[in-house]
This record gives sequence, C-alpha cells and structure tokens, in this order.
Amino acid sequence: MAGIEITPHTFFFLLSTILTLGGAIGVVNNRNLVRGSIWLIVSLFGVAGYFVLLHAPFLAAVQVLVYIGAIGILITFAVMLTRGMTQLQRRFSSLWWLGASASLLLFIVLLFTVIEPIWGDLSAVPDAPPGSTTDLGIALVSGDGFVLPFEVAAVLLTAAMIGAIVLAREARNADE
Amino acid sequence: MMPLWCYLVVASALFAIGTFGVLTRRNAIVILMSVELMLNSANINLVAFWRYHTPLDMAGQVFAAFVIVVAAAEAAVGLAIIIAVYRHYRSIVVEEVDALRG
Repeated sequence: MAGIEITPHTFFFLLSTILTLGGAIGVVNNRNLVRGSIWLIVSLFGVAGYFVLLHAPFLAAVQVLVYIGAIGILITFAVMLTRGMTQLQRRFSSLWWLGASASLLLFIVLLFTVIEPIWGDLSAVPDAPPGSTTDLGIALVSGDGFVLPFEVAAVLLTAAMIGAIVLAREARNADE
Repeated sequence: MMPLWCYLVVASALFAIGTFGVLTRRNAIVILMSVELMLNSANINLVAFWRYHTPLDMAGQVFAAFVIVVAAAEAAVGLAIIIAVYRHYRSIVVEEVDALRG
C-alpha cells in the first residue's frame, strides 16, 4: 500500500481530499451558519474534483451545477430566512460525546471493511478506457437501460418542486 | 492512478463526519447539510467502484446521477419544511420542536 510517488494525479487527489474533508469538518464544526454553507460548497467542490479524477466529467459538471449551484444557494437562502438561528450559543446537543464516539466507531469499522481485500484486488489499476459521457446518455434513455428510473426521477422532481412550494407558502393562504 | 482504497477511505471519513453532524448538531439546517455530505460520500463510492470494477457498464454513473437527483429533491422539501417549522415555532433547534413527543 505504501510507496505512492508524487505525480500530478496524486497531487490533485490530495488537493481534493483536503477540500472535501476540510470543508466537511467546517460544516459540522462552525459557529456561524453562513460560513457553514460556504464550507459545504468547498466540500462539494472537492467531491467534483474526485469525479474528474475518476474520468466522470459529466458527473463533475452536474455536481458543480446541481450541488454547488442549486443546493448551495438553497441552503444559503434557508440560512438567511431563519436569521435568529444563525449563531446559536450551544452548537452541539448535550449528548455530543455519544454521537462523536458512535461516528468514530463507524469510521473504524468502515476502515477495516475497506482495507480488507473483499472487494477484489484493491491496488489494481484498470487499464481499459472507461465508458464516455455518450455511453452514459445512451444508458439513461435506452429501452434496456435506465429509461424507467429516468422518468420516475422526472416525476419525483416535479412532486418535490410542488411540495416545496406548498410547504413553504404562508399559512394564511391555505384557508382560501 | 490512485488505488481504489484511497477513494474508499476518503468516502468513509466523509460519511463519518456527516454522521457526527447529524447526530450532534442542534440546528436543523446543519443536519440537512451533513446529510448532503453523507450522500456525497456514497456518490464517491459509486463512481470509484464504477471506474475500478465495471468501467464499461455505466450503471455506477447512472446511480450517482440518480442520487444527485434525489438529493436535490430532498434538499428542496427539507428546507421548505424547516422554513415552515421556523415560521410556526420561531426556532429550528431540533430539541425545541417536540410537538409529536409522546
């Protein structure tokens, strides 16, 4: 497992790791929620870097557009609409040590599962060129591919949009 | 290229950080942000396994795309619920919103 030389690929992997995990720690550990949403955007940007490194350029673009563009803005708006909650005196619940040890235990268990070679040869590097964005598009809309989940996702997005509008609407309009 | 376990270790760490945020933070918006982190760690795993095990079958990338779609829907509805709760209780601290407590 050791002996990874510093190549541009390794460098960008480390950069993405710093962005992702540093941003994630900033999300769970901030005092000011506006900064927390900025940290979330930093973390999501690191994940987009992983997608680029894994030869999934379409997913990287979708990550930037949907996660950073849409969800980041949505969360920033929600933070600003709940002004009184932006800077709570007590960030963590009183049982924070229980949650911390539970997540640490989860990380250790996952680490053992990941390092154990049950997923095939973990150091193997694929030499075949991966499928392209064209293949992804064909898989999404072909009849023997994923066209039914694709349509269900469209229905889900419509339902979520209508539901969000109904839920966030002022309550006095509901009587009419 | 980096070996597969590097991606899996990073995704595990991201998932654990998200779990910590969900379990311990009091603000509902931070809990939703931590859920987004956990979904992203699942996405890293999906795309990494796609790249290293079935690079010609696009199912891994398709799954990751659907996870992004569901995450967008979840964020929209979740934040709408949070705003409705804030309008009703003037608070989104999860311990103070206990109308359904038995």
